[in-house]
Amino acid sequence: MRSARRRTGGRLPAALVLPAVLGLAFLLVPLVGLLARAPWSTLPSRLFSASVGEALRLSLVCASLATVVCLVLGVPLAWLLARGDVPGRGVLRALVTVPLVLPPVVGGVALLFVLGRRGLVGQHLDAWFGVSLPFTTAGVVLAEAFVAMPFLVISVEGALRAADPRYEEAAATLGASRWLAFRRVTLPSILPGVVAGTVLCWARALGEFGATITFAGNFPGETTTMPLAVYLALETDPDAAIVLSVVLLLVSVGVLAALRDRWVSGPS
Amino acid sequence: MRPFALVVLLVLVGCGAPGSAADGRVTVFAAASLTEAFTELAEDFEAAHAGVDVVLNFAGSSALAQQIGQGAPADVFASASPATMDQVVAANATAAGPVTFARNRLEIAVPAGNPAGITGLADFADAEAKIALCAEQVPCGAAAKRAFEAAGVTPRPDTLEQDVKAVLTKVRLGEVDAALVYRTDVRSAGGEVEGIAFPGADDTVTDYPIAPLARARNADGARGFVAHVRSDRGRAVLAAAGFDAP
Repeated sequence: MRSARRRTGGRLPAALVLPAVLGLAFLLVPLVGLLARAPWSTLPSRLFSASVGEALRLSLVCASLATVVCLVLGVPLAWLLARGDVPGRGVLRALVTVPLVLPPVVGGVALLFVLGRRGLVGQHLDAWFGVSLPFTTAGVVLAEAFVAMPFLVISVEGALRAADPRYEEAAATLGASRWLAFRRVTLPSILPGVVAGTVLCWARALGEFGATITFAGNFPGETTTMPLAVYLALETDPDAAIVLSVVLLLVSVGVLAALRDRWVSGPS
Repeated sequence: MRPFALVVLLVLVGCGAPGSAADGRVTVFAAASLTEAFTELAEDFEAAHAGVDVVLNFAGSSALAQQIGQGAPADVFASASPATMDQVVAANATAAGPVTFARNRLEIAVPAGNPAGITGLADFADAEAKIALCAEQVPCGAAAKRAFEAAGVTPRPDTLEQDVKAVLTKVRLGEVDAALVYRTDVRSAGGEVEGIAFPGADDTVTDYPIAPLARARNADGARGFVAHVRSDRGRAVLAAAGFDAP
């Protein structure tokens, strides 16, 4: 970054500096405000209260499981979008990104209509297997995966497009099966993209609120993740909501710090 | 640079516009359970007062009280519980003492046809039944807690929703077998939801207070709207929605 700046002379036009600084303040001041309002003296005791611990544990477990779901389904999907010889690939790629821009509440409603007790698929799950997904931890995982998977797919797809397919071809001419070439050649070459997508996906799943409360509901220990706990705490105990928010903020910053090679150091 | 400046100007003008029309505007913050009744009352009020525009903001009472406490530009506050109104009074945010204008009570709501055969509060303790309740932090949840304590039933809910309309939606979609919502919510759902009265529902009666707010930009409009809600016409609309008179 620094070397790039030296090359362009290091001078931004004055007309860009003011809006840039305002933009920076707009994004950072609310976070500072949150920290300023935090009840630091009682923070440790609140932090280790049973309900916070329960919500945090559930959040971490669900976000991790959702990320596993996204990896298992999303990496092959990204491969299909980047390399697959399917008609209408551009349209497919656009559809995959829909959950990115869809309001999460809408995603939750859509999940209810498909996987709810009376949903297209859900009614059969209920009738044949006695499985009902709403109001369960599995429902939280599904809601989070629905919202977070596009982040992974886009990251991995970008990495696949940037990777040179000639190595795979070389592996194939040396007798490797397609599966072996994917595992031993393609996957290692796009690993940084997969890792970045995974972390981003996990962070998005951790912060998911709208789809979760709509599809999975809210019950302590089963479906009450941190964002839901924040929302309900705000109704009666704003200090508790702030403590929960600070925890989520710290976890999110920690995740981004883990990605520092990718973002904090600028484009490679 | 010029197009950029133009965009900035347009954005600023766009943001400023609502304030410039404040003269004929009455902003009413009302509990979510008042949605249908207040929508009708606002139309009435606008029809009777040319040039007046009633803007309604429906949400959970606690959230609205918080927003008013933080300086949200509201002229009138109608709450689903005296406790949330007390928060606003304590913040010196009311222009006049709150008055109770309606009462509501809880009712058991089941999807049309009552597929799970729910008959009373005791069914809420059944682990097999899917149950939705309001979270205790919001007024309908507090009222539900009183009902179960009075009936000596320990409910086994599957979800604790953030407001009564969210509970109602879960019943409408058939995702739960039973829920406790206000009688007015059952009525607002039409044929999609059936209501079952239960003994002891009198313990769940909640008062709805209304007050004009101290920081109202339209103090006359605020007083006028409160009077309209308390008029004979207002009572009739509220009664039709399922509210009891105070």
